[in-house]
Amino acid sequence: MSALSQVRYKVRDALRRDRTFNHTIIESDSYLQGTHSIHPNELDVSHGPVLYLEDISVSFDGFQALNNLSLYIDDGELRCIIGPNGAGKTTMMDVITGKTRPDSGQVFFGQTMDLSQMAEHDIATAGIGRKFQKPTIFPEHSVWENLELAMKTDKGVWHSLFTVLSAEQKDRIEEVIEIIGLQALYFSKADLLSHGQKQWLEIGMLLMQDPRVLLVDEPVAGMTHQEMDRTAELLTSLAGKHSVVVVEHDMDFVRSIANQVTVLHEGSVLAEGTMEEVQNNQKVIEVYLGE
Amino acid sequence: MDSFHKKAVPQEAINMLLNYLFPHFMHKDTGGKWLISLLIAITLLVVIFNFFIPESSALHIPTYMVTLLGKYLCLALLAIALDLVWGYCGILSLGHGAFFALGGYAMGMYLMRQIGDRGVYGNAELPDFMVFLNWHELPWYWQGFEYFSFTALMIILVPGLLAYVFGWMTFRSRVTGVYLSIMTQALTYALLLAFFRNEMGLGGNNGLTDFKDILGFSLQADSTRIVLFTLSALALISGYIASRFIVQSKLGKTVVAIRDAELRTRFIGYKVEDYKLWIFVFSAMLAGIAGALYVPQVGIINPGEFSPLNSIELAIWVAIGGRGTLFGAVIGALLVNYAKTYFTGALPEFWLFALGTLFIVSTLYLPQGIVGLFSQFKNKQQKQSAKHGALQEETT
Repeated sequence: MSALSQVRYKVRDALRRDRTFNHTIIESDSYLQGTHSIHPNELDVSHGPVLYLEDISVSFDGFQALNNLSLYIDDGELRCIIGPNGAGKTTMMDVITGKTRPDSGQVFFGQTMDLSQMAEHDIATAGIGRKFQKPTIFPEHSVWENLELAMKTDKGVWHSLFTVLSAEQKDRIEEVIEIIGLQALYFSKADLLSHGQKQWLEIGMLLMQDPRVLLVDEPVAGMTHQEMDRTAELLTSLAGKHSVVVVEHDMDFVRSIANQVTVLHEGSVLAEGTMEEVQNNQKVIEVYLGE
Repeated sequence: MDSFHKKAVPQEAINMLLNYLFPHFMHKDTGGKWLISLLIAITLLVVIFNFFIPESSALHIPTYMVTLLGKYLCLALLAIALDLVWGYCGILSLGHGAFFALGGYAMGMYLMRQIGDRGVYGNAELPDFMVFLNWHELPWYWQGFEYFSFTALMIILVPGLLAYVFGWMTFRSRVTGVYLSIMTQALTYALLLAFFRNEMGLGGNNGLTDFKDILGFSLQADSTRIVLFTLSALALISGYIASRFIVQSKLGKTVVAIRDAELRTRFIGYKVEDYKLWIFVFSAMLAGIAGALYVPQVGIINPGEFSPLNSIELAIWVAIGGRGTLFGAVIGALLVNYAKTYFTGALPEFWLFALGTLFIVSTLYLPQGIVGLFSQFKNKQQKQSAKHGALQEETT
């Protein structure tokens, strides 16, 4: 079936209005000439940032959730986003993952992929993974199955019907189970895990997707201090290979992982910088940290 | 400890034998293995006791009983179809009877064409009701139904196509839950009204009946009835195995994931609509096959089969048997239909009350249905034996 989907993909690609003709571009030394070939379906981070949000506005029934928000996330960086309740943090994630469409503004993944035009599942396969605020895992499936379902592979219906796990895929699942520290719970139902374990499992599912960008919404809500430390370790170890965007309320936690912090307030960026800079910013102290 | 081992050995041997006989994806499905073994045994016994034991003997199974059993088996296949979409994908379809009826109508059209000039009016080309309505030629959609192979194709394609169109529109606009249930109910009701009309050219109110033979074999003959019963059993068994294969595959796991956390599934990169549509269409096709096998055994198909009540009753069978287990659906369908036959004979006024009570009791006390009762019992036993084992360890 993958052959058929390949054909479908090629046809769709050939019919694109913005299609580029690769044979007219000389691949090898295009970089030297300053013009390089554009592949609309491949992630292009040649300019640095992996996520571009420009002048995004979203309103719900007159409430302005995002107000001309502009934000750039660099490839491989670990970014924390803080802000009081209603600052638009979750809405921002919704816009990036395609759950909410912006009223105006642009969201781009790399140079070429316009996220506002893509369906949720296409965005996910393109390489953006998301962890929800409340841990959402598949309760009736085992830890192993949860990870298996999240794995980066062909996610078409017919492929799923006949696929069998390969040895490498099994190794990958085991590897991730070790990273999230749930070795003892391979085959237990995910519903029976503790709250913290569910959070880790969800992060593990993100890892199985092997995304370029991880959006993590409140990863330590309801965790004990030890669990928090482990989560911090996990997230910092992921940065570099992936870009990680963490939305968090817990200031201690943010302090322990962040080098770059963005403060949101009333739907737009209030301040940006290192934790120290942000903490000393007069505006930030007024609206958020001054408590 | 010794007695425990003695008991375990034959059980292990049986398990090994069953695993050898069944495909790998059924190895963990104890209920399914038992169900299929039982079905095969019952089918063989029924055939033997009907065909080879003389009618004078007390052991003889009369043919009407065989047909009744065949009918139950078709309804059990329909229950599996609903369990796939409801128990596994969380789509409570209250219109699954429509797909069943469409499969039945396709078969009915073939059987009507088989009558030929043996009808009351003796018209070789037109079925009786068309002559009665003063129609002069066969409508276009009746063409092709004189061939069995074409009919067999339509039995699968017509319900499948309806499910595809309906599912494509509803799943794409992300209609879920009770709204979807209401829409499926409306779908079957709309079809009920349409099929009641004489202009539909499908027999209107009376439906299609007076069938004579199928593939040249008389429908009244005992041997045909036995074959139809056996085919129903085979259809049920293969339907069960196919459904089990789907449920055990990654597709099945994804479908359950959609049931439990649709948003999560979407954000992992699955196109949820495609999965829902696939399972919905497959289920509709299964229902169509069940309907097609049902009609030659009961000898009639009329718009009453589209009645919303039928589809609701179907949901009750699955709920009582146990959702999301497949064999639970079969058990539920067989039990409730047997009870229905018994009560409508013995206490006709009482049946609807009994059905209602059964439904209330099963939702209140058996949320997992009859199958859930088994697993509860098993859990208790396991706990007890664990306790027993712990005690023994303490003493040694």
